[in-house]
Amino acid sequence: MKILVCISKAPDTTSKIAFTSDKSSFDENGVQFIVNPYDEWYALVRALELKETNGGNVTIITVGNVADETIMRKALAIGADDAVRIDSDPKDAYNTAMQIAEYAKGQSFDLIMVGKETINYNGSQVGGMISEALGLPFVSLASKLDFLGNKLTLEREIAGGIQVVEVDTPAVISCAKGMAEQRIPNMRGIMAARTRQLTVIPPISVEELTSYVSYDLPPVKSSCKIVSADNMDELVQLLHNEAKVI
Amino acid sequence: MILVYVNTDNGLSKASKEVVTYAKKLGDSITVITNGNAPNNVLSELGQYGASKVLVDRSVSTDDLQQLIDLVAYSAEATGANTIIFSHDLVSKAVAPRLSVRLKAGLVSGAIDIPNAEGAIRVNVFSGKAFGFVKVNSVKKIVSLLPNSFQPEIIGGNCSVEEYSSGALKGRVKVLATKKPEGEIPLPEADLVVSAGRGLKGPENWGIIEDLAKSLGAATACSRPVADIGWRPHHEHVGQTGVAIRPNLYIAAGISGAIQHLAGVNGSKVIVVINTDQEAPFFKAADYGVIGDAFEVLPKLTEAVNKFKSSQN
Repeated sequence: MKILVCISKAPDTTSKIAFTSDKSSFDENGVQFIVNPYDEWYALVRALELKETNGGNVTIITVGNVADETIMRKALAIGADDAVRIDSDPKDAYNTAMQIAEYAKGQSFDLIMVGKETINYNGSQVGGMISEALGLPFVSLASKLDFLGNKLTLEREIAGGIQVVEVDTPAVISCAKGMAEQRIPNMRGIMAARTRQLTVIPPISVEELTSYVSYDLPPVKSSCKIVSADNMDELVQLLHNEAKVI
Repeated sequence: MILVYVNTDNGLSKASKEVVTYAKKLGDSITVITNGNAPNNVLSELGQYGASKVLVDRSVSTDDLQQLIDLVAYSAEATGANTIIFSHDLVSKAVAPRLSVRLKAGLVSGAIDIPNAEGAIRVNVFSGKAFGFVKVNSVKKIVSLLPNSFQPEIIGGNCSVEEYSSGALKGRVKVLATKKPEGEIPLPEADLVVSAGRGLKGPENWGIIEDLAKSLGAATACSRPVADIGWRPHHEHVGQTGVAIRPNLYIAAGISGAIQHLAGVNGSKVIVVINTDQEAPFFKAADYGVIGDAFEVLPKLTEAVNKFKSSQN
């Protein structure tokens, strides 16, 4: 089974978010970057489990610059076999997806897996875009994936419930919580990943369909009004008369 | 010309009225495309929110998302629409990105505002910790609107409904089964949400949360640790790696308010925090705070809500 897992770098979940003084870009000063949790915990770990059961190989791919090699080595330490970087600063989801689709085109992967979204842009776009570019079926927000023969059986989130679906490989899957459990790399994996060869390939020329022009932080809440625990009638009145939400 | 895809499987949801209202703010001629079996008199009500007409393809099921992509793509072509609007839900997350590639239309996911003077649209980024302003560079555009970002506005009367046969082809993903718990309010669409965390000490204590939710007509939610240890189902987990919500009222009991949790809820209009620890970081993000034991406060609050509700009737 030949699996491609798309990973992206994301600021550590505890990061304080700040922007450059002109608000045009994310201020990376002092920010620690991690593998986007959905890509790592769910897509990558489930891919490794499938490989362990069925044999085959797991390649991770990212679109990014040389600084992204840290997250590539993390993915190798967890257990990926090969790591590919498309040498381009990530632009919009469309550009990223087209870069990955171009690479995947000639490689006959059985399965392409992505996290359901990144925790920095939350677009949930790249997986669907890759599938359309390659003409492959797409199952979004899968929380369970089993593989038998050349068939995938998946559970995916739908409004207020779960749907069980079946699709032949090759296919593109976006992975959500429930798919697998986080794995901590062991020392041997970390040491071995340090010296592994990373494949770097040049980007293709693709337009950007969208661009982020600026950023802003949400307004800070004014102070919190404390209501006595013995006076819930007052809280209800405040929610009705002042906040007007009930 | 603007095309709006609306899911009408469960009648006219609040989200469907929101997207038509939003589309009307972007342009005048609004065509709604939908599928499934909702009766014409229900569909025609979308006219009240600004739709010029509704096209419905009865042969397309929402189970077949591949077919849904074809449906929207063909109807966009047939109506000459350059802008397509969705609600940012589980259907559009599967459909809109593929449509974006098919039509070479820039996609703005999770819009929370109409385009500003520069034509950029505000979205949540960094899992709700910040806003980004996105500009679409292509002629064709797709926007998915985050639920609860716009209030539906009635501006007119009913519109015409036309049967539409798109000829959309069947997709390759086969649905084997659908499991839907009955009677629950979908969390992303809920106006009122009651949520609890580890402070509740165990899943057997969730009755007091459910009682309050029932009295208010609210959905229930939980923090990540609670979903991780299996006290509550994963789909109730709100926060950075769970669901991001923006209800009118979010009541949190026994949740300290870690930055990852706040990211998923700080779009809420009003936040009420109930916690024994007055130093809990959540109070800094709250509008109203109650320092006290959730086991004592919640039943009292439920009682007060019931009293208030019966006085309203």
